[in-house]
Amino acid sequence: MARRVAASLRRLGALLFSVVLTFLGLTCVTFAIGRFMPIDPVIAIVGDKASQETYDRVYRELGLHEPVIVQYGNYLARIAQGEFGNSVMTARPVLEDLVRVFPATIELAALALVIGVVFGIPAGVIAATNRGRWPDQVMRFLSLVGYSMPVFWLGLVGLLLFYAKLGWVEGPGRLDVMYDDIVAPVTGMLTIDALLAGEDEVFANALGHLVLPASILGFLSLAYVARMTRSFMLEQLEQEYILAALAKGLSPWRVVWVHALGNIWVQLVTVIALTFGSLLEGAVLTETVFAWPGLGLYMKNSLFAADLNAVLGGTLLIGAIYILLNMLSDLVYALVDPRARDQG
Amino acid sequence: MLKLSRRQTLAAFTAMAPLASWSPAVEAATPRDALVVAKAIDDTITLDPGECYELTGIEVCTNLYDRILRYEADDLTKMVGGVAESWTVETDGKTYTFKIRAGQKFMSGNPVTAEDCAWSLQRVVIMNKTSGFLLTQFGWNKDNVKELVKATSPDTLTLVVQEAFAPTLVLNMMTSIVASVVDKKTALANEKAGDFGNSWLKTNSASSGAYRLVAWRPNESITLEANPNFRLGAPKLKRVILRHVPEPGSQRLLLEKGDIDVARGLTPDQLTPIAGAKDIRIESFPGVNNFYAIMNLKHGPFADVRVRRAVKMLVDYQAMANTFLKDRFFVHQTFLPIGFFGATPYNPFKLDVEGAKKLLAEAGFPNGFEVKLSANTNNPFPQIAQAIQATMALGGIKVTIASGDARQVIGEIRGRTFQMAVISWAPDYFDPHTNADFFVQGADISDTPKSRTGPWRASWLIPELTAEMKRAAQELDGKKREQMYIELQKKVTDDGPYVWMFQNNWVIAMRSNLRGYPKGLFEDQFFYRTISKT
Repeated sequence: MARRVAASLRRLGALLFSVVLTFLGLTCVTFAIGRFMPIDPVIAIVGDKASQETYDRVYRELGLHEPVIVQYGNYLARIAQGEFGNSVMTARPVLEDLVRVFPATIELAALALVIGVVFGIPAGVIAATNRGRWPDQVMRFLSLVGYSMPVFWLGLVGLLLFYAKLGWVEGPGRLDVMYDDIVAPVTGMLTIDALLAGEDEVFANALGHLVLPASILGFLSLAYVARMTRSFMLEQLEQEYILAALAKGLSPWRVVWVHALGNIWVQLVTVIALTFGSLLEGAVLTETVFAWPGLGLYMKNSLFAADLNAVLGGTLLIGAIYILLNMLSDLVYALVDPRARDQG
Repeated sequence: MLKLSRRQTLAAFTAMAPLASWSPAVEAATPRDALVVAKAIDDTITLDPGECYELTGIEVCTNLYDRILRYEADDLTKMVGGVAESWTVETDGKTYTFKIRAGQKFMSGNPVTAEDCAWSLQRVVIMNKTSGFLLTQFGWNKDNVKELVKATSPDTLTLVVQEAFAPTLVLNMMTSIVASVVDKKTALANEKAGDFGNSWLKTNSASSGAYRLVAWRPNESITLEANPNFRLGAPKLKRVILRHVPEPGSQRLLLEKGDIDVARGLTPDQLTPIAGAKDIRIESFPGVNNFYAIMNLKHGPFADVRVRRAVKMLVDYQAMANTFLKDRFFVHQTFLPIGFFGATPYNPFKLDVEGAKKLLAEAGFPNGFEVKLSANTNNPFPQIAQAIQATMALGGIKVTIASGDARQVIGEIRGRTFQMAVISWAPDYFDPHTNADFFVQGADISDTPKSRTGPWRASWLIPELTAEMKRAAQELDGKKREQMYIELQKKVTDDGPYVWMFQNNWVIAMRSNLRGYPKGLFEDQFFYRTISKT
């Protein structure tokens, strides 16, 4: 018993150590990129026209007169106290900014992931079971399109068709102006907040804005998930146990959707976690076309403005997302794979 | 190989069908009492008029805050009273007295007093943020400003400038963003650590202008609400919403559908297809931004004035204005934009390859030379750079284009590490000194200058011209002053390190039911209060 507790503590310690190390690495790399970018952070704040006196004062206020290593140390000391500083771009605390932009990205990413998984996995299975036939060709073509089509172009064409011509969806932005400020932010995800407030019209409008960018991102995820599912399934379908199951008289449907698919879940969980992670990082181009104020756009603007506090805050958030997703997928492994559970 | 039956495959496809079945038809139109403008608003970093110096921020503050004096929408060329109803200038040109209108109120209900005006100017000088230099040039600093800028009675504001400047210069400054009148009581009630309310005013308004700030959501929207008690009458539309839509293609679709009223960032390829649409109107009017190239005299050949002139003869201005810059720009080759006091239509340079070759040969460069041309990646800088590259090659000058982010290019120029760069300039206030002070102040090109002006950046040492520029700023006689600027511009255009090329036109696409869109020259004149809908 004591040995088991000690082992658990060791694992927890190792996990914490790796988390801290990852964060340190992240801050170090991002800090270096921010410092060595050919953009002057002082100009980003005071502009081109400020007097030399103002420029020099802000230079000192930002601590840029200190050696880089001291600046980095100061930064670490501040974040250790939970102080991420203010963003230059928004004049607000970085933490407040992240709390505002991240839910917009989660909302988009979650629906995109649902679309990607719900349609991607069956598509991959169908492609694998019809290898070389038309359903497979169609899936491979769609995967190729999803992989190679510039998302920027896809977004604009989507808007032209579904918003401008057909009127099926709403245009860029998260909400029509007449619905602004009706629903108080609770989760920051407009669809959820509208439902919580019982505002059906706001919900419909928010969903109308969400569905197209989410579908486009979902299509890109679908392409990846379908391709990976197809590949995992093909491997399974070659296994002898499939032949044995069929020989015992099980229906092909059951063999494919229960036995073969059941055996690729561990791999699929990794694929899904990675897909979700990349969606949560924010999709800069999609967010630009759809004027979607999410994490991707925030990070892009911060980088271009040399807004170091914002860049570092955002990077830490993304790091935290990946660490969390890794831990979650480990948990899910244990649920779907008895071997992982037993080892645990 | 295991295969599913056709029925099973079909069933699986059917399960995926809901993706295509979403169809809530949408009727688009903006509210009748609101103006919805699509533009990129991500340059906004503060809405405190005491520090704000970004284009979107200045435009918003123009509509939030009343100023001591103004150029109003009804006649954009005539200086009139704002918060002040009248003013006098002592004959020594140093003391200015403003009488504040009676009965004005801030949105908080507090009365607008001379003390609010004095405090608003004082805080700009004491905080000395980006825009601080506009006022410190009058000899005001944190130690003397409370003595030199003060309310001598509840309705009298007195300013004393340290040197005699042209009255029009001082008065024009009172029409600029730094002369926005802030509600002192409200701002101080929200003061933190002696910051004059700066951190609070970044995201809130304490104003008496045509609108109040409802919300600024960074990278999302800025919402203003009309002030029904504005001294010139309530604005026609109750709300104004600036929506952040950075992509021109998206702006166009929103405008066509009627989800926005105005699109402020359409490129020529977006404008052409909608030019004939019946629900859309395109208005074009002159702006005051200059587009020019700057040569660094530290790069050997440019030190010779004959080379600089040759370069100016190796640019095909008209060809650019007739093609990819059509409608958006016109050729203008001096540092004061048309529309400004002292501007002159002096355009001496055109493409002249033979003339340029002759000058290059005289200067000792018969085979030309190599030069790096820095240009930012925003439209139309890359196209302008490419056009210059093509025509300079005709004279033997081999141009390599170095593209970069706008801030990167500005960094190179401010660091004097550039060789040649294409860049633009927007004036700070409506007086010729704003541009003259930047483009002709070149008495100090040492490594520790007081300000990094145009001549400093180009390493162009011009003490005589600088003195001439200062005399123009101090000339009390209007006619004489105008002539001085005209002469100054000719000299700078002929011999200076600037290749003046274009002045901009604003091209605005709007829904055809919009009326009264003001034809402002620059952000200080982009008023929303006159706009209405039919």
